[in-house]
Amino acid sequence: MRKSPKPTKYRANRQGPIIDKALRVRLLALIDDETPRRDRLIEYLHRIQDRYNGINARHLAGLADIVGLSQAEVYEIASFYSHFRLLGDGDSADEIILRVCDSLSCKLAGAERLLEALGKVTGVRVVAAPCMGRCDQAPVAMLRRQAISHASVERVASALEQQDFSEAAPPGYIGYDAYVAAGGYTLLRACFNAQWSRDEIIDTLQQSGLRGLGGAGFPAATKWRIVCGQPAKRMLVVNIDEGEPGTFKDRIYLQQDPHRLLEGALIAAFVIEASDLYIYLRDEYPGIQRMLGDEIATLQARSGLKLPHIHLRRGAGAYICGEESALIESLEGKRGMPRLRPPYIAQRGLFGYPTLEHNMETLYWVRDILEKGADWFACAGRRGRSGMRSFSLSGRVRKPGVYRAAAGISVQELIDEYGGGMQDGHSLYGYFPGGASGGMLPASLADVALDFDTLSDYGCFIGSAAVIVFSQVDSARELALNAMRFFADESCGQCTPCRVGTTRAVQLMQRDVWDQSLLHELAQTMMDASICGLGQAAPNPMLCAMKYFPQEFS
Amino acid sequence: MAQGIDFTLEGRRVSARPDETILDVARREGLKIPHLCYKPGYREVGNCRSCMVEIEGERVLAAACCRKPQSGMNVLVDSARPQQARNMVLELLKSEVSAAADNADELDYWCQTEGIGQPRFEARVSADIDSSHPAIRVDLTRCIHCTRCVRACREEQVNDVIGLAGRGAMTRIVFDQARALGDSSCVACGECVQACPTGALSPAGGLDVETNRDERRVDSICPYCGVGCLLTWHVRGNRIVRAEGRDGPANRSRLCVKGRFGFDYVHHDGRLLKPLIRRADAPKTAVPVAPADMMTLFREASWQEALDLAAGKFAAIRDQQGAHALAGFGSAKGSNEEAYLFQKLVRTGFGTNNIDHCTRLCHASSVSALLEGIGSGAVSNPVSDVEKAELILVIGAKPTVNHPVAATFMKNAVKKGARLIVLDPYRSDLSRHADWHLQFRPDTDVALLNAIMYCIIDEDLIDRDFIAARTTGFDELALTVQSYPPHKVEALCGIPASHIRDVARLYATSKASMIFWGMGVSQNTHGTDNARCLIALALMTGHIGRPGTGLHPLRGQNNVQGASDAGLIPMMYPNYRPVDDDGARQWFENYWGCELSDQRGLTVVEIMHAASRGDVRGLYVMGENPAMSDPNLEHTRTALANLDHLVVQDIFFTETASFADVILPAAAFAEKNGSFTNTDRRVQMGRQAIEAPGDAQQDWWIIQQMANRLGLFWDYTQVEDIFSEMRGAMPSIAGMDWQRLDAQQSLTYPLTNSGDIGTEVLFVDGFPSETGRGHFVPAEYVCSDELPDDHFPLVLTTGRQLEHWHTGSMTRRASVLNELQPEPVLYLNSTDIQNLGLENGCRVKLMSRRGRLEARAQCDDGVYPGSVFMAFCYHEAAVNLLTNDSLDPVSKIPGFKYNAVKIERVN
Repeated sequence: MRKSPKPTKYRANRQGPIIDKALRVRLLALIDDETPRRDRLIEYLHRIQDRYNGINARHLAGLADIVGLSQAEVYEIASFYSHFRLLGDGDSADEIILRVCDSLSCKLAGAERLLEALGKVTGVRVVAAPCMGRCDQAPVAMLRRQAISHASVERVASALEQQDFSEAAPPGYIGYDAYVAAGGYTLLRACFNAQWSRDEIIDTLQQSGLRGLGGAGFPAATKWRIVCGQPAKRMLVVNIDEGEPGTFKDRIYLQQDPHRLLEGALIAAFVIEASDLYIYLRDEYPGIQRMLGDEIATLQARSGLKLPHIHLRRGAGAYICGEESALIESLEGKRGMPRLRPPYIAQRGLFGYPTLEHNMETLYWVRDILEKGADWFACAGRRGRSGMRSFSLSGRVRKPGVYRAAAGISVQELIDEYGGGMQDGHSLYGYFPGGASGGMLPASLADVALDFDTLSDYGCFIGSAAVIVFSQVDSARELALNAMRFFADESCGQCTPCRVGTTRAVQLMQRDVWDQSLLHELAQTMMDASICGLGQAAPNPMLCAMKYFPQEFS
Repeated sequence: MAQGIDFTLEGRRVSARPDETILDVARREGLKIPHLCYKPGYREVGNCRSCMVEIEGERVLAAACCRKPQSGMNVLVDSARPQQARNMVLELLKSEVSAAADNADELDYWCQTEGIGQPRFEARVSADIDSSHPAIRVDLTRCIHCTRCVRACREEQVNDVIGLAGRGAMTRIVFDQARALGDSSCVACGECVQACPTGALSPAGGLDVETNRDERRVDSICPYCGVGCLLTWHVRGNRIVRAEGRDGPANRSRLCVKGRFGFDYVHHDGRLLKPLIRRADAPKTAVPVAPADMMTLFREASWQEALDLAAGKFAAIRDQQGAHALAGFGSAKGSNEEAYLFQKLVRTGFGTNNIDHCTRLCHASSVSALLEGIGSGAVSNPVSDVEKAELILVIGAKPTVNHPVAATFMKNAVKKGARLIVLDPYRSDLSRHADWHLQFRPDTDVALLNAIMYCIIDEDLIDRDFIAARTTGFDELALTVQSYPPHKVEALCGIPASHIRDVARLYATSKASMIFWGMGVSQNTHGTDNARCLIALALMTGHIGRPGTGLHPLRGQNNVQGASDAGLIPMMYPNYRPVDDDGARQWFENYWGCELSDQRGLTVVEIMHAASRGDVRGLYVMGENPAMSDPNLEHTRTALANLDHLVVQDIFFTETASFADVILPAAAFAEKNGSFTNTDRRVQMGRQAIEAPGDAQQDWWIIQQMANRLGLFWDYTQVEDIFSEMRGAMPSIAGMDWQRLDAQQSLTYPLTNSGDIGTEVLFVDGFPSETGRGHFVPAEYVCSDELPDDHFPLVLTTGRQLEHWHTGSMTRRASVLNELQPEPVLYLNSTDIQNLGLENGCRVKLMSRRGRLEARAQCDDGVYPGSVFMAFCYHEAAVNLLTNDSLDPVSKIPGFKYNAVKIERVN
């Protein structure tokens, strides 16, 4: 242990920094809010970073002064989100950061080799980063705000030459006019005109069996009813922080038909009488963010309806913010740390108000279910299951992509009927049925029904239906370690079982021989005692590796 | 138990109150469940997960510290699943930290209790030790991220320095933007040290806490400010090694930097150990000598010789020149009993009312205005009433610096939704929490307050019923404030009229508004007028006489309230009985058994004027330091040197002691017993923790020795005897007995009959004035005596700073405090620093018409442009050499807050 040197006796800035008045004026212009609000802190940090390519200590001190927070409060928030680049004294803001995804699908597509090769490219600083939601284009990298699909040294070099590292709105999406021309927002108007009662809407959703499609699978109608029973005022939150490795369905739907989500969300807001609608979009989708901002503005300007306040917010690189209460904390401008429950967010959510929070896809289907009837959604299904699921299929298949398929489909059917079969030279060895946290299953279980509730007997769950397929050339043990590393990086750090447990598990899993009994013991505590689903689910791939792939440990 | 929640806890049928958690019930039931992030009184966060229990039917375990039981719940504590989880959590945490020096901390305690051995995991990579701070050592290798320090810093003390930064394995405790603690904005309240369960944050020089086996603990109170924090001293041998906050009504276990880290002045090697007598060959000059050179002026003497000389000379002056050639300065740092005894000595032994103390320099104007307006100088409501206030108005005070623990309650109240309005030319830390901060031009208080009252009357927001039923003189006041419409004072005060109106509305329309003020209001030549306006504001809106309302002049010294109550003032006997009231005089003549003077005595500054004229020839100073604290020091020091006989009773060789003929070494606060009255009117017990060094003696003993040599026959045998006599003279404390005070730690007066619980809120039914009504006294705006001009263009304001107490006689000798703030600094706005061609930290010369000094210029953008601020604690740069001794005409308080000065750079 080294002792840091004692400072000289006289310390000029001991009472805090002196705020640079000129900088303060520049920051105020950048923030461009009449009354700076602490809940918009993450947006302000984004604006500073967008403008200066990084955030330095003077920016943070100035921002703290402007929003009336202390420096520690602002620093702890900025340092929580991995997309904020906090510049130390020696750091250059001019440096170009290249994030290279090394999560499961990209790892299968050679992310490690790519990272090594990119290390030799000059002019950029290469950092490994978690899933970017483009697993169908693996491996993926992001050059500042621009995504590079099927990334290679050559493609990165050519992107670097263009000097513009922003991302355009997705091409060919259905804009406001086209959506309205095709009958869009008729349903919403009908709701506003009392042609639909709130109960009718909820009843229809109930009949359809629509469940929360972000992973938890809670029946949507029940959730709406609970929130309706809470005192006003109420909030609606749309969760588009899709971050579970292997998941990209929200992106695909949004970049095709954004108004279908907005209409569904506005119907939900109508039913629960929400005063405000908050949309939390992950920062990895800058093109969608641009598009969604424009479309919301158009909608507000032209709908002629009395809509709730719609707030579009972006994340800043934190998987945990996909957890509903962490997302609410983030919307309030804080560190995205999950809240302890009770109280549930339906009782006390955003800003303390009863809150209905849904994954974007759940709301996306609301219009279709109401227009086409509950059966349209409920009728499909295999192996006794009912409804449709959107599978994000990636890994060693010929045609990765998002496929709407019957609930209860097996992975073998999914690969064969939708994924175009396995890639040449690869045979199915195992798969993740629900992203990194859903665990993994061996090829011998390729025929089990994929749906909510069907996988719990196997120590897995379907979650966001992100199916990642791996083959005989891959190691389940290594993939489990990759997943555990991901959780260790993305743990919010709040509770001991998750913060320390994931880190210690990574250390144990890096050893040549796994201490399986200790890992089982550790896993049990993580599952039993973690505050939120991250820590509770983190051991799943590790446990599955030991259970289903024993040959890798002999 | 009413409405208990019946549930099963580890097989027992138990019942919980609605506010109790499972852990609360378990602790009550004697079930041991480990817990680390949980600290009673702090918000529960449930992050450590060492208290997991199983609730039958739930998928995952629950944290007992956060979970409230529900009726019929079956909670399992010691079954395998929750026990394994708790043990694993403890093992993981143990793998996180380096080995402790001792098994004194909570993590080790629980690991030992639960039988957790060597962790089976790899250890965490160690971090550096941060020893950059003089008071607090940071060893994050001991950190378990329980965030008790974060809550201590942000939710208890609301200093907002500590944060939890990063994420995952990179999660870490930071100060400001991850600075070294010593370079951060930490105010060293030490709440985090008290909160930390693992010693990651510990007192610097940690050897003192390594072993606590031979420690004694003494429950006492803090010797510094008027807040009156209860504390416990840890004592080893005859040495205090640590101070810890203790739960009291005024501090709820909190302390500030002075109380927690400023106790070792008692062990300073400058303590006076022997009585000293001035050498025959040492003439008096107007320049004080350094303590190191004191033996060039003095020689040691026995108590017998020193007391004989000290008292004999007073007797001679009294007998030859008359009683009024004598005077005494008591101290607001002494106990109630010492204050009472000292004024009794001066009144009965000297035979004069020339007795005063530093209240004259701090709240004399407030007290004058309060006595005139509502018949009582005491605060109407305690600080803790901020919890009940809807609006808190702070004017002319920097509580975060001078009453730090009181400030924490204000900040807590704001966090819970109370509104805060700060009216002050200085932008303090408190302003960050304020809804409104009106940074008005110095010296324009009366104009601003009149304008606020104008708006309240103009918009008919007055409380007519209250005015009619409980006050007199409203019409005259209304007439006066008619000349102060906001648009007219806007330019004078530098505050937009609309802001004045907004603030006026907020204050008047809140359900309960409470006013706090400090020296910024009182230490002006219009100090009484300032306070009159505040009283009028409260009276016209009816914001007095109820919980969460009222008037609270924040008292400076730990016993300034008690010393004034005890009659340590020239115009009042104990309990504020006027000396020129025949009835009062006769009562005391009877009680004390001797004749008393019927003339009001002289005040502090007047005594100095009289001394320089030669009218006062002998002065007895107990625990005060006028050679540092008085305005226009050159004059004061000359006056002190001009005395025939000066006796100084103190614990150190103060600047004042330089001018003494006899110096009497006294015991320090921690070496005595006695009662002290805080700013809230709470009487609290100070207890002896250590023995006085050398031949130093207890003050009451010394005063009694002096008294008996002046022809009095006193035979108090213990402090308690004096307190009993005081109760006989002071109905407000008549019901307090020593044993109850000792047992209950803190009693609030008025407490007239024994068995009463004490009175927190005064003036509920009436005011103790002759008519029983409050009286409006109008005040017109008058500017200060000495305005800035071309020669002296800047305004100097003096005051205190967080780490140093008053003249610095204690805190400059407290090692940590002096290391934190080691040298004289002068605070200026960055604009002025630039305009004057200075830079942050450069040395400057500060000059007024009366004196000059050298200090470092430091940037503080809270300072009003065109002003400079300096604390009066630096003997090497005594700012009172520069201050003006012009007085407030009513209360005779000097205008410390407004002096014309200029600055030059020193090359």
